[in-house]
Amino acid sequence: MTFEKDRNEMRKAYCELLMKTAETDPRIVVLEADLMASNGTKPFAAAYPERTFDVGIAEANMIGVAAGLAASGKLPFCDTFTPFATRRCYDQITVSAAYTNLPLRIVGTDPGLAAEVNGGTHMSMEDVAIMRSMPNMKLFEPVDETQLRAAWDWILTVDGPLYIRIFRKTAPKIFGEDYRFEPGKLSVIREGGDAAIFATGLMTADALEAAELLAAEGIDAAVLNLHTLKPLDRDGILFWAKKCGAAVTCENGTVVGALGSAVAETTADAWPIPVKRIGVQDHFGEVGTMPYLKEKYGMTPKDIAAAAKAAIAMKK
Amino acid sequence: MLSEKEVRALASTAKEIRILSLEMIGHAGKGHLGGALSIADLLALLYFKRARIDPQNPKWEDRDRIVLSKGHAGTALYAALSLRGFFPREICYTMNQNGTTLPSHVDMRKVPGADMTAGSLAQGFSAAVGMALAARLDKKGHKVYTIIGDGESQEGEIWEAAMLAGNRKLSNLVAFCDNNGMQIDGLTDEINSLEPMDKKWEAFNWHVIRANGHDIADIDRAMDEAEKITDKPVMIILKTVKGKGVSFAEGKVSSHSMTYGVAEAEAEVARIRKEDE
Repeated sequence: MTFEKDRNEMRKAYCELLMKTAETDPRIVVLEADLMASNGTKPFAAAYPERTFDVGIAEANMIGVAAGLAASGKLPFCDTFTPFATRRCYDQITVSAAYTNLPLRIVGTDPGLAAEVNGGTHMSMEDVAIMRSMPNMKLFEPVDETQLRAAWDWILTVDGPLYIRIFRKTAPKIFGEDYRFEPGKLSVIREGGDAAIFATGLMTADALEAAELLAAEGIDAAVLNLHTLKPLDRDGILFWAKKCGAAVTCENGTVVGALGSAVAETTADAWPIPVKRIGVQDHFGEVGTMPYLKEKYGMTPKDIAAAAKAAIAMKK
Repeated sequence: MLSEKEVRALASTAKEIRILSLEMIGHAGKGHLGGALSIADLLALLYFKRARIDPQNPKWEDRDRIVLSKGHAGTALYAALSLRGFFPREICYTMNQNGTTLPSHVDMRKVPGADMTAGSLAQGFSAAVGMALAARLDKKGHKVYTIIGDGESQEGEIWEAAMLAGNRKLSNLVAFCDNNGMQIDGLTDEINSLEPMDKKWEAFNWHVIRANGHDIADIDRAMDEAEKITDKPVMIILKTVKGKGVSFAEGKVSSHSMTYGVAEAEAEVARIRKEDE
């Protein structure tokens, strides 16, 4: 199964959205920690130099400064790679952004395996898990450019802090131009009744490919995108749990505490079904291309299809 | 410059901040006394003379911001805010009781007049830098005041923020370091010395002034000097004594957090009041 590519790199779409909004919304400010080129925000800095704060390689201070800006009525977007956007400054985010419930927008780029040749030090497998466990924090991981654009109004208006996890390069195009984003409501990409495949971010394309493999064997799998892990679509998860009776989760990061856990917790609480979790199985990353790492870590469409069959078998 | 009468009045206010802080911790049974008492004179000058604030309108957009980054000294801040009219004195006596709006560490969502949440050290200082950047961006004339501790300055984030503020020439930012020389485990000079503190701040492109933190006229003089600085943030290093003004706390490392009750507080308040006679 091959996917059409998005028109733009996600970082380009992100910067365009920032710049368009900044024209009319004086609250928009951008903070960077020496990764402006990687995050694609240089055009913003050129257009709005006085509203761009490159604090240098000092992520803890970036979050604290953003909190001060937010407390003064600004809507700060803080951009850096996912490990530095989360675990590097976790306490600062916890106290200065989440505990205060100030509207910081923390944008982590190069999630999970996307760090590729930057390797184990730069692969934040745990960012979603640790941010999800933080009260007041919301989480959004766009699948493609279309979804990012569709969610933009919510990104600007949602109360309190928000963590956005963005693949900065060109993503496979999943959503059509008629796509409508609803925060806290999963997006149904493919209907199905035998197994529910819940997927986030880059793994959504793999989940769709797995559904094709399963269809060839006469198995009808639904593919559901949980773009916002917080607010979590509890009702949506339970609807598909009841409909399919078996689930697989697919995420570009650790299965400990993130999407897989969210689905397992939700079903265990209200409608227990078999849940197989595809993702990084509690180990660190390493240098490598995404296809190589997905193969090595058991995160390919074939692995997802096998997990679906195993989950279906457990129904009996 | 303050008149002698003003200095006397502010010194009396500082004493009231100390007395109320002492009482609040007595009611709670335990609390961060030492580092609250060491900033009482500064808080009196800021909240009762220098800062443009309005107790009737704590969120006034053009107010000066005061960020107590050494958030464990919340007791003194609450005492100052209450005495200044932000909330009734009775509320002070609920500090750290179940369900209170006054937690030991400052909470901007619960305390009227508190401009930032603090407690995990150095974070308030970064936020103050952000507030100063916001004020400059919006072409606002208000000042951002922030109070850090010398022990707190062992946090790396202090220096991340100091570097940024110095490089951005944030002259609308005035910081105070409560240099009482003590931290929980002992003397700052013995644990991980900050000295030479003035040279450190100067090296980060700050204008540095030293003052006696228990001489209100001297702090005021330092603030007058700070007003004249237009191309740098200002650090006023206040030489202070931890536990200042309370006989069983003054100059003691153990004053950081003390356990005592209402009776001990009342006896000490009576002693302090007698000093005036």
